Formats: sequence, C-alpha cells, structure tokens
Amino acid sequence: MTSMGLLISIAGILSGAAPIMFGVIGETITERAGIINLSMNGTILLSAMVGFAAAFVTGSLFLGFLAGALLGGLVALVVAFSSIALKQSQVAVGFVLAVLCLNLSYFLGHAYISQNGPSLNVLPIPVLDKIPILGILFFRQDLMTYFSFVIIFLAWFWIYRTRPGLMLRGIGERPAAAYVRGANVNRLRYIYTFLGGAIAGLAGPTFSLDVKAGWAGQLSGLDGYGWIVLSIAIFGGWNPFRAAFGVYLFSFLQWLGLVLQPVLPNIPTQVLQVAPFPLMILTLLLVNIGDAEWVQRWLASLPEGTRRVMARILRALRASPPASLGVPFESE
Amino acid sequence: MKKNQWLKIGFQLAAIVLALLFTTLVLLMAGASPLQAYSNVLQGIFSSTADITNVLAAWVPLLLATAGVLITFAAGLWNIGIEGQIVLGAVFTTGALRLLQNSSLPGGWIIVIGFIAGLIGGAIWGALAGVLKTFGGVNEIFGGLGLNFVATAFALYLIIGPWGRPGIASTSGTLIFPTRLWLPTPLNVALSPWALGLGILAAILVYFLLRGTYFGLRLKAVGKNMRAAFLLGVPTWQYSMYAFLLCGALAGLAGAVQVTAVYHRLIPTISSGYGFLGLLVAMLINYQAVWAAPIALFYAALNIGGIQLPIMMKMDSSLSGVLQGILVLFVLMVEGARQQLFEKKE
Repeated sequence: MTSMGLLISIAGILSGAAPIMFGVIGETITERAGIINLSMNGTILLSAMVGFAAAFVTGSLFLGFLAGALLGGLVALVVAFSSIALKQSQVAVGFVLAVLCLNLSYFLGHAYISQNGPSLNVLPIPVLDKIPILGILFFRQDLMTYFSFVIIFLAWFWIYRTRPGLMLRGIGERPAAAYVRGANVNRLRYIYTFLGGAIAGLAGPTFSLDVKAGWAGQLSGLDGYGWIVLSIAIFGGWNPFRAAFGVYLFSFLQWLGLVLQPVLPNIPTQVLQVAPFPLMILTLLLVNIGDAEWVQRWLASLPEGTRRVMARILRALRASPPASLGVPFESE
Repeated sequence: MKKNQWLKIGFQLAAIVLALLFTTLVLLMAGASPLQAYSNVLQGIFSSTADITNVLAAWVPLLLATAGVLITFAAGLWNIGIEGQIVLGAVFTTGALRLLQNSSLPGGWIIVIGFIAGLIGGAIWGALAGVLKTFGGVNEIFGGLGLNFVATAFALYLIIGPWGRPGIASTSGTLIFPTRLWLPTPLNVALSPWALGLGILAAILVYFLLRGTYFGLRLKAVGKNMRAAFLLGVPTWQYSMYAFLLCGALAGLAGAVQVTAVYHRLIPTISSGYGFLGLLVAMLINYQAVWAAPIALFYAALNIGGIQLPIMMKMDSSLSGVLQGILVLFVLMVEGARQQLFEKKE
C-alpha cells in the first residue's frame, strides 16, 4: 500500500468512527451523572431510521440530525424517568428499550428501505486541508466527522475544567454531597441523561445520512453497534480522551480485519469483523482485574519490588466507575 | 390487603391497555389498518393445526431460555450472554451429530448425545461469563455481550469454513442432517413431543428449584444481598457460578432443540433471539417462575403470528417485537407508578 493510500485509509477510519464516537461520548456523559442508559443499541437503530426518514421527507439534512438527536434524548428520558421518579431498575428499562427501539426501527422503517435519501458531503476546510498529512487526515472530512473530533475536547473540558462539570462529577460520585452543596441532583440527572442521549442520538443519522448512507432495515448492519458503544464507554473509564482512544482502537481493528481478509482467505470477513470483541473483553478484564480479591491477595504475596511495579501497572489500567452509577438518589 | 391486590391487577390491566394503544398508534403511523394487522396476527396463531404446533415449537426454546435466566436473575445476575450460550449449545450439538452421523449408533442415541453436548457447550459459555465476573471483575452484562459476538462469529466461521457445504462458501447454514438425526415428529408437524416435554420439564424443575429447595433459597440470598449471604456462610461466588452454569446448560439445550427439532442444521441466527426474549419474559412476570410457561407461550404466539404481516400486508414482522417490548416497558413503569403512589412510607 502506498503511503497516500494508507493516509486515506486512516482518514476513512476516523470518519467511520464518528457515529461510535457520538454514542460513546453521550453514554460517558450520562454515566458520569450516575445513570446507565443501556438502550444504546435500540437508540442508534431508531435514530438512524428516524433521522433518515426526516431528512428524506423534508430534504433537510439538518432536520434529519436534529430528529435523531431528539429521539435519542427522548429515549434516554424514559430511562431517567423510570429510574428517578418510578424507582425502576435502569438496566431493566434500558434493556427493554434496546429491544423495543430496534423493533420499532425495523417496523416503521419498512417504507424507507432502499430509498435514495440525501447524504452528507465532504467539506474540506480551506487552507488547513493543504497541510501535508494532517490535511488529509483531519481537514478533508465531512461536518459530522469534524464534530466528532470537537466533541471529545468539549466533553473533556466540560467534565474536568468547568464548575457545572464539577457538579456533574459530583452527582455521579457522591450525590448526597452535591445535594448539600445546593445541586438539584435529580434535575441535573434528567438534564444530563437527555443531553447524553441526544449526543448518542446523533450516532444513528451519522450512519444513515453519512457513513452508511441509506436505510436498509435489518440489512443496514447497525444492530450490535450500541452494545459496542456500551463496552467502549466502560473501557474509556468515563474519561472522554480514553474513550476516544477506545473508539479509534476499535475502528482500527475492524479496518485491520478487512485489510487482512485477502491475506487470510480461509477466515470469512464476518469473523474478522468481530476480532475486536475478544480484545474488548480482554481489555475490560485488564481494566477491572486489579480490584479482584484474588489479585489483591496475589499482589500482597509478591516480593516488594515486583509488587510495586505490578500494582502500578494495574492501577494505570484501572478505571473505576462513578461511585453512584446506577444508584437512585433520594434527598431524605 | 385485598384492596391492594385489586389495585395491582387494575394497574397491570392499564399497562396492557397502554401497550395496545401504543402499538395501535405505531400501526397508524405506518399507515396500516390496526384491526387488519391484529386479525392477521391472530389468524397466524390459530387458523390451523400447523400454526398452533409452530407456536408450541417456538415455545420450547423460549421456555428453556426463560427458565435459565430465572435462575441467574434469582442470583442477582443479568445474564445477557444467554444468546451466545444458545449458539454454543447449538454448535456443540451440531459437532456431536457430525462426529457420530456415520457411526453405527442408533439415531436416538446420537440425538441424546447431541443434547448432552449442547448442554455442556452452553454451560461452558455461561461459566466463561461467570469466571470473567467472579475472578476478573468484568460485569456480566459487558462480558456477556462480548461473548455473544464471539459465539456468533465462531458459528459463522464453522459454517463457512470447516463445516461448510462442499463446494459452496455460503453463510446460509451447514448441510441438513439425515432425518434419522431429527427429533421425531410423529404427527407430521413441526413440533416434536420430546422437545415439548423437555421444555415443560425444565420450567417445572426450575420452579421447584427456586421455590422449594435449600439451593434455591441460598441462591436467592446471594441475589438479594451478597454481603449478608456471605456473612451467613453462603459460599457466594460458588453460587454465582452455579447460576451461570445452570442457565448456560438450559440455554445450551435450547440450542440443541433448535438444531435437532427446528432447523436440522447449524445456521448463523440459530438462537433466533430467544435469549433476549427470555430476558423480556422474565422481567414481564416479575421473575416469578409460576408465570414462565403461560407468558412464554403468549410471546411465542406473537412471534409466530407476526410472520403473517409480511405475507398478508407487506409489513415487517417486527410488530410482534414492538408489542413484546412495549408491554414489558409499560408493566415496569406502571408498577413503579403504583408503588410510588400507593406504597409510599409503609
């Protein structure tokens, strides 16, 4: 492969990762506030269908993306409402929504299968796109890909560098303490769940109006991405940068699977496409294993020098969830 | 007390009405006549003996899956990996049948061995999620999801690669087994009484396991409060593993049924979504094993009835999935509302 071809491939990985990025950043924000939105798989499919339908009917790409985002926010609100007001399990409600929205997308989307809808064009950024290497990678993409870059930094800045972001971390870690400090914990949780859901809701239209333009029902191949998003959000340790690294790593591995196809002709594409999953499990294992009791015991039995090195490695890999993730908050 | 019972029933009826309203709305949005759609679904369930036996044939794997997740739910575990456990069961069954199909063993014995292999395959995949959870700290939801993808890919690899049909590289499935390796269907319908018996037996066993045994009691203790159970001397992680093993075994049997009684070969979508559907049924019945059989039957009937929609009305069959999902959602939400309104501060 020529170096130019390689650059174009990497640029393709970056734009192909955009939908997953929206999902992962959205979920990260929601989980930071202490709510797990397990509906992601259904959210992505239904927002893809709704976004495509809206753009197809109105002819406006903007309305397509807006519809997807609103739908994502709405589904997330059902999770928040069921958890906060009705005290139901977030995991249960999220799982049901994942199944429900998937079926809704197939049923309601039936009329839009194989229709020719609008799709997003590449929009090079003048001047910057002439920079060697970087120009091709980052500045000859489409609008949503640019937004997928920007949102990593925006999310990171909001969470770690602003006062409301401090509150956001507070309501996910120690809601009682945040409440004493004057935060309206449940209202903030509603807001952030909606916001996170809306960002994740961009994932669907980014597929159906951009990366995999069009709607093909069950053949769209979008089933499964939502579960990937949830795994990467855990891998990302609720930090947007680490999450972004996870997204690009995953997309790179999927691309590698495609490239290796001619080299390994005995292994079908569908198999290589799932190559990231064993790796995902492995990384989840590495991320979590430091907390396991037997590992702690094993560490304690090691000689001092080795123990310190091992402990440091495990700590660097470790990602602990917001302490109150999935736990409802009551002020009394 | 009595008044509360009536209130509860009233709220659940409201949830059913809401679910039907929602589904009707969805049908109207799709530009279809709701009455026509519902009558088509009903006809698809009841209009012939073949329909009714199809429903019962779909009931078996769903019942096995539901019975399985009732065990993991009792232990406080979300075994989302059940889909992969069904697939692995089917893979092991197929492997066993392939290995023995040219042997001189009688067909019945080969089928029995196939079922045992399926049970083992499912249990192994369940145990893997369990090991990841208990020794690796990987939440069973995410470990299970990953293992689902791996299982499907593994089945695909076998179907295209080593177990492929000679000369064709196709994802449609392996070669169909000779009829002597099919679960016998005496009445010339899709339903095997053996499979039906197995499904019902599993549901009954799980009901008594959870209700009337020491094992079930300790399992539920682990599910309700792991720390308290541990302090009371229950070997907690062992019980989590038992739950994964048992659920995986039942899921594996569901896979074996799919291979020997339904498809007579291995296909990539061999689980047919029964694992996730089993989770939905378990939630809908509020994890009460008594209701597993009737509600699973209802959900299986919806699956079969939905098949009529593409044929009769050129619509997607996923309407059944919409109704199945929204029903659980509304039952959960309405039950939550009832508790908030009428059971506050007891």
